[in-house]
Amino acid sequence: MVLLEAQEVTKSFGGVKALNGVDVTLQEGTITALIGPNGSGKTTFFNILTGVLPMDAGRVIFLGQDIGKWPAHRRAALGIARTFQNLQIFQEMTVLENVMIGGFRHTHSGFFGGGFGLPRARREMEQLRDRALELLERMGLAPYQGALAGNLPFGLQRKVEIARALSSRPRLLLLDEPAAGLTTKETLSIARFIQGLKEEGITVFLVEHDMDLVMGISEWVIVLNFGKKIYEGTPLAVKRERSVIKAYLGERGAQG
Amino acid sequence: MKRDYLLLLTLTVTILLLPPLLPGDYYVEVLLFAGINVLVALGLSLLTGYAGQISLGHAGFYGMGAYISGALTAHLGWPVPLAAITALLATAFVAALVGWPTLRLKGHYLAMATLGLGIILYILFVQLRGITGGASGLSGIRPVHLGDLYFDTPRRYCYLVWSIVVLAFLFSINLVHSRTGMALRALHYSEVAASTLGIDVAMYKLKVFVLSAVFAALGGILYAHYITFISPETFGFMYSVDLVVMIVLGGMHSIWGALLGGTFLSLLPEALHRLEDLEVMVHGLILLLVLIFLPKGFVGLIEKVGEKIHGAP
Repeated sequence: MVLLEAQEVTKSFGGVKALNGVDVTLQEGTITALIGPNGSGKTTFFNILTGVLPMDAGRVIFLGQDIGKWPAHRRAALGIARTFQNLQIFQEMTVLENVMIGGFRHTHSGFFGGGFGLPRARREMEQLRDRALELLERMGLAPYQGALAGNLPFGLQRKVEIARALSSRPRLLLLDEPAAGLTTKETLSIARFIQGLKEEGITVFLVEHDMDLVMGISEWVIVLNFGKKIYEGTPLAVKRERSVIKAYLGERGAQG
Repeated sequence: MKRDYLLLLTLTVTILLLPPLLPGDYYVEVLLFAGINVLVALGLSLLTGYAGQISLGHAGFYGMGAYISGALTAHLGWPVPLAAITALLATAFVAALVGWPTLRLKGHYLAMATLGLGIILYILFVQLRGITGGASGLSGIRPVHLGDLYFDTPRRYCYLVWSIVVLAFLFSINLVHSRTGMALRALHYSEVAASTLGIDVAMYKLKVFVLSAVFAALGGILYAHYITFISPETFGFMYSVDLVVMIVLGGMHSIWGALLGGTFLSLLPEALHRLEDLEVMVHGLILLLVLIFLPKGFVGLIEKVGEKIHGAP
């Protein structure tokens, strides 16, 4: 089943076409990778899918609904979660709080309920806490739950961001370079973790430069270059594709 | 969270015991006005310390509360509670009207908009002579009473003010420890990340702005019905600045900063009175020293001392 379909997505910054008519289809329950050289428009594409940036033209269809003009928070409410390449952690909040607020979309009390301490507001906080503690336990972050997220080493902050996104129980999870800056061992554990998400039924779309990770876990790979989709296929096909090698290594690399 | 409720209990007991121990009505009155400042600063601290938005026009909301409630009782003879509720609603409406367009923009547009609003409201307080009495002030504001119980002595009114302060703190403690409070802090650190978690950033900023304006208006109402005579200079730009100074001195990252900073800045002029000409200079110097040596305000200092005593956190 098609979970998300992006059609003819176009975005310019000044005179530069960051994305030029990109089509992408994500099947539910799969792991899809988006690769391409630096500046090829991968993060811009993520920003457009999540509503962080408006697009100039094109359509984004999620479960049959055209969400292309929706603000980010409404898309999140549908079950689209993401992490960021340049971490966007809530630094002065604890690890536990970071993950708790990830579950925001499943709670409903507002200023009134919160301020007057109504039972529902308190119950919701308990639910958020239970859910977050469970996730922290599972991701090996439990020992850091009380620490300020900004004080953690980089690799752990990445994990906290992933935990925060998962706390929203997303249908679609967008991971922007989940392995950047991680050690080989950490990368391996992330790879296993992402595969585990798939088994839970979460659709994963990831941008990644670590080719071993990409080829190891994804079922479908989409290649961008200068804002255009130049190829898509299975990891094996992508590895053999001349145009992809050319994009990464230049003309001579492709010949050799 | 438990610690906050304990602190609130301590505050309540202190306030209950304090007025009879003070040497005279004058000091009770100082405490009373400190309570009003703390209330207004508390609202600002929710806006600035938690949601990261700056307002330079809170004196205007303070004035709206005072003038609307005051004028409705003075000119039209409305009962105080009805006038007060009308003033709160009107202030909330104006805050929403100004906040709606500005809070959708990223950056510190709210500071600019509220700066302008504060000045416009001040001009209205001076120029709408028929309603506000203009520069010579509005008199004849009705005092507060509950049935036969008149809050006409400094001590009674002081208890009334601080009861409201305690309730406002209770509300604020609940709020900052709720999902809503977490959402406000989250958008403070990253609006983008907050929005991708489903938080309607513009709406949350708007609501907390309106809430803080309502706190300010409530302070103004309490002020007007105690003093029963108000004039525009109380509600000028300087008071907006004072409020920002209060929360910075107290420590913006905690609602208790509003209590410490608000009280401190209310008492400082009393302590410096006898210095006469030097007062302004010493006042400025003290603020400067606090800001240089206590970047996280009084609350930050207390937290540091606490950590020293209990060992590293």
